[in-house]
Amino acid sequence: MSAQKTEITPDVIKSHGLSEDEYEKILEIMGREPNMTELGIFSVMWSEHCSYKSSKKWLKTLPTEAPWVICGPGENAGVVDIGDGQAVIFKMESHNHPSYIEPYQGAATGVGGILRDVFTMGARPVANLNALRFGSPDHPKTRHLVSGVVAGIGGYGNCVGVPTVGGECEFHESYNGNILVNAMTVGIADTDRIFYSAATGAGNPIVYVGSKTGRDGIHGATMASTEFSEDSEEKRPTVQVGDPFTEKLLIEACLELMATDCIVGIQDMGAAGLTSSGFEMASKGGVGVELNLDLVPQREENMTPYEMMLSESQERMLMVLKPGTEDQARAIFEKWELDFAVVGQLTDSGHMVLTHKGETVANLPIDPLALASPEYDRPWVATEKPDIIAAEEITEPDDIIAVLKQLLSCPNMASKRWIWEQYDHMVMGDTMGIGRPGGDAGLVRVHGTDKALAVTSDCTPRYCLADPVEGGKQVVTEAWRNLTATGSTPLAITDNMNFGNPEKPKIMGQFVGCIEGMKEACLALDFPVVSGNVSLYNETNGQAILPTPTIGAVGLLTQSSKAVGAGFVEDGDSIVVIGDGRGHLGQSIYLREIEGREDGTPPPVDLNLERRHGDFVRRQILEGAVNACHDISDGGLLITVAEMALSGNRGCEINKPDNGLAAHAWAFGEDQARYVVTTKDPEHLIADAKAAGVPATHIGNVSGSDISLSSHGRLGIQDLRTLHESWLPDYMAG
Amino acid sequence: MKACVIVFPGSNCDRDLQVALRNAMGAEPEMVWHGDSTFDDVDLITVPGGFSYGDYLRAGAMAAKSPVMREIIRRAGKGVPVLGICNGFQVLTESGLLPGALMRNANLKYVCRDVHLKVEATDTPFTQGYGNGGVLRIPVAHHDGNYFADDDLLDELQDNDQVAFRYSDANGDLTDDANPNGSRRNIAGILSRDRNVLGMMPHPERLADPALGGTDGKAMFSGLVEALS
Repeated sequence: MSAQKTEITPDVIKSHGLSEDEYEKILEIMGREPNMTELGIFSVMWSEHCSYKSSKKWLKTLPTEAPWVICGPGENAGVVDIGDGQAVIFKMESHNHPSYIEPYQGAATGVGGILRDVFTMGARPVANLNALRFGSPDHPKTRHLVSGVVAGIGGYGNCVGVPTVGGECEFHESYNGNILVNAMTVGIADTDRIFYSAATGAGNPIVYVGSKTGRDGIHGATMASTEFSEDSEEKRPTVQVGDPFTEKLLIEACLELMATDCIVGIQDMGAAGLTSSGFEMASKGGVGVELNLDLVPQREENMTPYEMMLSESQERMLMVLKPGTEDQARAIFEKWELDFAVVGQLTDSGHMVLTHKGETVANLPIDPLALASPEYDRPWVATEKPDIIAAEEITEPDDIIAVLKQLLSCPNMASKRWIWEQYDHMVMGDTMGIGRPGGDAGLVRVHGTDKALAVTSDCTPRYCLADPVEGGKQVVTEAWRNLTATGSTPLAITDNMNFGNPEKPKIMGQFVGCIEGMKEACLALDFPVVSGNVSLYNETNGQAILPTPTIGAVGLLTQSSKAVGAGFVEDGDSIVVIGDGRGHLGQSIYLREIEGREDGTPPPVDLNLERRHGDFVRRQILEGAVNACHDISDGGLLITVAEMALSGNRGCEINKPDNGLAAHAWAFGEDQARYVVTTKDPEHLIADAKAAGVPATHIGNVSGSDISLSSHGRLGIQDLRTLHESWLPDYMAG
Repeated sequence: MKACVIVFPGSNCDRDLQVALRNAMGAEPEMVWHGDSTFDDVDLITVPGGFSYGDYLRAGAMAAKSPVMREIIRRAGKGVPVLGICNGFQVLTESGLLPGALMRNANLKYVCRDVHLKVEATDTPFTQGYGNGGVLRIPVAHHDGNYFADDDLLDELQDNDQVAFRYSDANGDLTDDANPNGSRRNIAGILSRDRNVLGMMPHPERLADPALGGTDGKAMFSGLVEALS
């Protein structure tokens, strides 16, 4: 067998991100020394990114089943039943490393990749979200990264014509050298037309469709599996370049083909490109693969097998067709002016055999390579519990209204309008008016039905750092609350686990703790994990990011007209707080912005209370007793009320109840399991709450155009809006 | 009334327009593929938003040269009403059916938000649904909506009453703040000299349903059905 004649030296092995032990295992599997192409294939297949070798052991502990789950983790995306023969298909995925190196293309191709994960299963994408985390606003690179990432997400999502309806954006110095770009796509399919990746049937043709293969993105998966250092920018050539126009054509062509009966299995070429898609399809179907690389559509001349197999060129798919359907399929792709090439066939050999210019250039056993990828039980240490901060320890501020202004205009709380107005959030004509970006969750009608999906993404990394287990509970719970606050029934989540270097026991302990907390919350809330992605090694020069397990979540409204938004609706409506506040200031926005401290325990999460309060709120919304609802999270009660005022463009009169809490602890404590709702009949609502064992307190009424707080003064909402909405545009213009 | 929606590779508001027309007409509009050089006789041709041919070269430039556009130009010359929205407007200027050009937004950023429009001409089939004019709230979503024409052309458009919509504030005042993209004289939509071709950047099809947050776009479609049936 001939191939490139490069000698496999220890340096070559190391530069492929493989350990000595891993190389030993390769020799064992192969029974000989691999050639360069084969080594390259092992390196991407066994990279952290593709193999989940550090995280698998723990991911397996997450609950993934419920009666409404059609397909959990392991496929391209999770599939959940939404009734009437329809399913929602969704996943979130990170594109952190490429986005730091080349923000526009990194973020754009992140969107492209996650879209493909969803439409490859037969779903039409109907909503995109993104969770972004940048370094400190003072860091010299932050502005450039924000600008590039936002333009990249918009440039891709706007062109493919899928609305970007929600997300989040935060700043923290721990992300100075490792920003996070987590992109989520939600799609809708018919339950009898869901496509999986398993390739079956020896002799069936393997078809390559989409863009041509170039030299871009080679070793992207390996790059995403190591720490950054000063010279990481030299890795720019490993960032792929996206073409959303081709993606749009690919969506339409694939969905058109999927309406026929031609497809046996289909898989997008994402990380590790042709290698990963080929192995995954063959391994799942228990077959072998023969590929003739001369037939792969190529963008550049003289590409080697190594380059073709490791290229991460975008907008490509691999399919196995039923024999004899090639012409029918080809006609569809030709109509959409996309490449279509039969590049090989399935075999019963259990091997992947690659030929190039008449010679065999690689011959690899599929299952040993795909299934025997390393799995590590990395050492970990639990995070020590921080001290509890009592509210009394925190000096009461002179002016609560001034604090409100300061908090709502700080980088993390300031309006992200500047971002989401660069995203087309209305294309496809189903984004509900009350579900546009900026609220608890995006609301998108299921086209042609009365149903709607609520979609959200959430994470509170500072809680996860202080106490990974409580933080892990909180991230799942907050996503559940956000969906509940629209009136929707939460269905399931996708998790995007962003952490530092798992080889460090402290970091691994954060990962293990977050998973433990997430698991408890998923179980208590019947909110299983159906898909996910892990991004480790988010460290630069030894500095890790905050543990950031981003949760994407989807809920269902069977009658979209029952949904409520977060904005105040009418003067005279009563404002009622559901749940008890105890003035928890540890790890709060207040503590950080006003006291300059990032310490204490995060608010504890009582999952029984969450369930009881949330189920009560949802029932009240669906019964029409509540006309606006917003969950209480970052910044506490007064921030929530102010956001409702801004969203509805109406003021309110609020009175602090005589509950023994200091004003700042009452106003800005971040106790969980709470919502603010408005109602026309507070007596009835409070009586219902009492009967359900749910605390409910009438704190004021919607009125006028000021936020007025008993003895603490008042603030015009137009003034507050100016403050709230100007931080980000001013910063970006600076 | 019979209507059609032209579908280019990269169109992405074709379905939105189809829904708005269907709701107004009570019948299905015909979806016409860009490669077709002819299509059934219709009373209204619509060119939807999106990124035809990826907006490569210039927004609308390649679509303007497609087989179907030759047929549209021919029919427009015979007086058939043609409505181009967003990318459709860009295609119509590129093809010469409407004067002027749409440049990159003045702040160089894509913008998606509700804007206010002052209705400047109501004696057309497209705008007769707006009675005596008034101010509408309708979204824009574009990167290249900055309408440009030289002073002579702008004066001519004005003299001939060819400006259909201008960006305004909620009171109908034509302020700079109300202009989302830097368009000259706040122009959001223009008519051809013969008044049978309208191009506009805002998306009336996106706010023609109360659940979506507004219905100011609806009267354009109901007015068209009334005028052309």
